[in-house]
Amino acid sequence: MEKPTETRVERNLVGLTPADYKGKPSTLCPGCGHNTISNQVQAAVFELGLLPEQVIKVSGIGCSSKSPNYFLQRSFGFNGLHGRMPTIATGASFADTRVKVLGFSGDGDTASIGLGHFKHIVRRNVPMVYVIENNGVYGLTKGQFSATSDLGLVLKHQGKNMLPPLDLCMEALISGATFVARAFSGDIKQMKELFKAAIVHKGMAVIDVISPCVTFNNKDTALQSYTWGREHELPIQDITFVPGKDEILLGDFEPGTVQEVRLHDGSAILLKKIDRDYDPTDQSNALDLLTESYKNHYFATGLIYINASKPTIHDLYDLPEEALNRLTPERLRPSTALLDEINSSLY
Amino acid sequence: MDEDQKEQGEIAEAIINEFCMTICTVNGSGSGTANNLLYRALFRMGIPTSGKNVFPSNIKGLPTWFVIRSSAKGYLGRVPYDDIIVAMNSTTFLEDLTYLPEGGVLFYADHIKLPESIRQDIACYPMPIKTLMKETEVPRNLKDFMENILYVGIVGEVLGITREALREAVDLQFVGKPEVAKSNYDMIMRGYDWAAANLEKKDRYFVRQMPPLADYILTDGNNAGALGSLFGGMQFCSWYPITPASSMVESAIAQVSKLRKDPVTGKNTCVILQVEDELAALGAAIGAGWAGLRSMTSTSGPGLSLMTENVGLAYFTETPVVIWDVQRVGPSTGLPTRTAQGDLSMVYNLGHGDTSHMILIPGSVNECFEFGWKAFDLADKYQTPIFVLSDLDLGMNQWITRKFEYPNRPIDRGKLLWEEGLENASLDWGRYKDLDGDGIPYRTVMGNQNPRSAYFARGTGHDVYGNYSEEPKNWADMLSRIGRKLGCCVKDLPKPVIRKGKEARIGIIGMGSTDPALIEAQDLLSEAGIEVDYMRVRSIPVDTMEREFIASHERCYVLELNRDGQLCEILKLEVSEYSQKLIHISDIGGLPMTAIWARDNIMAHEKERYGKTN
Repeated sequence: MEKPTETRVERNLVGLTPADYKGKPSTLCPGCGHNTISNQVQAAVFELGLLPEQVIKVSGIGCSSKSPNYFLQRSFGFNGLHGRMPTIATGASFADTRVKVLGFSGDGDTASIGLGHFKHIVRRNVPMVYVIENNGVYGLTKGQFSATSDLGLVLKHQGKNMLPPLDLCMEALISGATFVARAFSGDIKQMKELFKAAIVHKGMAVIDVISPCVTFNNKDTALQSYTWGREHELPIQDITFVPGKDEILLGDFEPGTVQEVRLHDGSAILLKKIDRDYDPTDQSNALDLLTESYKNHYFATGLIYINASKPTIHDLYDLPEEALNRLTPERLRPSTALLDEINSSLY
Repeated sequence: MDEDQKEQGEIAEAIINEFCMTICTVNGSGSGTANNLLYRALFRMGIPTSGKNVFPSNIKGLPTWFVIRSSAKGYLGRVPYDDIIVAMNSTTFLEDLTYLPEGGVLFYADHIKLPESIRQDIACYPMPIKTLMKETEVPRNLKDFMENILYVGIVGEVLGITREALREAVDLQFVGKPEVAKSNYDMIMRGYDWAAANLEKKDRYFVRQMPPLADYILTDGNNAGALGSLFGGMQFCSWYPITPASSMVESAIAQVSKLRKDPVTGKNTCVILQVEDELAALGAAIGAGWAGLRSMTSTSGPGLSLMTENVGLAYFTETPVVIWDVQRVGPSTGLPTRTAQGDLSMVYNLGHGDTSHMILIPGSVNECFEFGWKAFDLADKYQTPIFVLSDLDLGMNQWITRKFEYPNRPIDRGKLLWEEGLENASLDWGRYKDLDGDGIPYRTVMGNQNPRSAYFARGTGHDVYGNYSEEPKNWADMLSRIGRKLGCCVKDLPKPVIRKGKEARIGIIGMGSTDPALIEAQDLLSEAGIEVDYMRVRSIPVDTMEREFIASHERCYVLELNRDGQLCEILKLEVSEYSQKLIHISDIGGLPMTAIWARDNIMAHEKERYGKTN
């Protein structure tokens, strides 16, 4: 019997083809991990059946932040300032809360110049997907250490990195992120499933994607290299995203080895345990996992933490269901009677 | 009344409704409410009044002064001396006393130890604050507060403020809290009755009822700016606290849920969000503006310095956003609680590379309201950041001002295309394409379902469709068009206000909060035999009226609260053919300008340059 996932569909639920989700040709280096990420974001949005018009792309500065130009050409995009992507995303997210915000950032953007914004947007629980394309190096400025560079990394002009890296999943987790995942750009299937789940998640979804820089940081011994990644990636579960409209068929999974996490729209994330009993809804589990993997120098990939019930920043304002940016001027200006009342109160 | 008239007759040169009173207290003692009650009562008696809080950058304990100017003639600027002092702070007592000229009046809490020989040329009224407090039951936590309320009654009685005016002031201050209002009014009356029974009037200052100021209100510029923004359809405001701008957003927070309920759904139509720093404040406002919300932020100099990179981003991506700068004294942290007009030069070309901006400069509380809503229309029309330059004096102090007027035209969202608009637009529409020849392109915003609507906004070089481009011609065309777009804006900016003298050949020029001082200075100069015309600039870049004003005078003095004459320099640039006519006079102490200072400096210049000794 043919499995549904193997069926190649020309058109998705909303009748569009993959071509409708494409972007401009990439100008990143051939083999760059970021190009894989672009492809998988594009595939995830296509497969979820979201109209490109229902998505916006926001980014900062750097190789990672150039990438939104290379997918979803029919979606609005904003390529802003270095490290400030979360600020643009915060403001834009209120304009039409039905539109999905996808943020793209790098380790320079997120771990250095914009670390404060990163932690605060997580704290605010702005509903969006925050993708960090983490290559452990400054590529666009031709190879300097970043705050996620591995301790002891040697670069041509800089010598040896003397400072330990930040773990951005850890930073997200302790700032209150409601969805924390790590992916490796060499593991396409897992990445796509994580993107789909993140897009459907109602809240701040942080995905730290280890994405080797083929030009400046791809030595076999480098933490963010393809070789190291393939050898030291430890998936914590097999993840399958099931859209709300699809029936969940547990037939593929051994009973008792699958954990199901329901999302607000009825979708589900199915997590098949690999070699450990890992519950991603438990924050202290997640902290332990990250501490252990940091200490032992490997990347635990998969869904590290999820909390599907925390209110988003939008929930804290009692906003109309229709888009705020479509409200007609008459609905935005208070009445003359209210101004008369103010004038009287100040006499 | 009979007794009052008798008293008035006995005291030579009674001065009616014309005085400056300074109340000297300790920061954090709750004196603010007492001071509000005093000036509100004066206002309710029909007397033009302003209230200035001269306060330290401190929460509790340091000295603070509240200056009330009452002027039947309508002059509301600061004066450099006091007619009446209410001394509640023993630490500053001796220094405070030096501001009293001969014939001045001193009210003092009688627990303050007086020097052995007190001046004989002033009238002194001791106030037995502690004794009166002992006779009253007041909860301990309200003691300091109620001590201040007592002086309202004593000072009010001696000056002749009516019980009715005090009652009205109390009722307004504590609206909706009748019990609190009653206990405060009772305390005021305790002081009032004590003064009536025990103090003999021996000074020359009297308050008398004038016709009601029915067309006026009493409030501060930050409240007015917040209300103007809410009536302007503000939908998003991100901000970070900073003195003296914080009270603007706080005023908006206090009133947003009442003013901005959607008439259709009853839901909120405006989001106010405090963020982690000023970079985020403007960044989020730009995100919202780009996405089609009327958005703003409010800050002061140090915050604006932090926002600078974002200003360039908004300018070059052509994103509408409104930025209020309630100026304080710089450079650096400067004097956070003092006033200045020192950010004009910075704002004029704020940002690296080629940038220039439209600047609105309100000079009254009423204009803070008006420019509050107009700024959004300008931002939408020209798709660029609009700056509103207020300052601490205008923003945080209390002024009488004409009632707020309802906006006289509907909200204008500018060239904003939704699905239908785009259907009808030229097939060759591009986000940055000048289809009308006025330099202003048509914009679309997120949520637009037309597959042609999306574009990629970027701070990097781009062509008319928003595509990345390093092509020299593209860059030059883009930047030139933006320049052209802003070149057309002057017709939409507020014109200067000109107050003519009698056949004057000399002009004086100012901006913003110095308006009351300069109006008064114009009259003082006239009394001294120097006729001047006065022009208040209300926006930058300037237009023909400013040019003609300068052209039609032999010389113009530009008076401003910064060291280097920033307005003067900009006028010299923009009206360069008459630059030799412009002379700058600077006042940089951090306090509001006084008319006497302005007059004296202009007269000194006239004497020095032209030998006029008048």
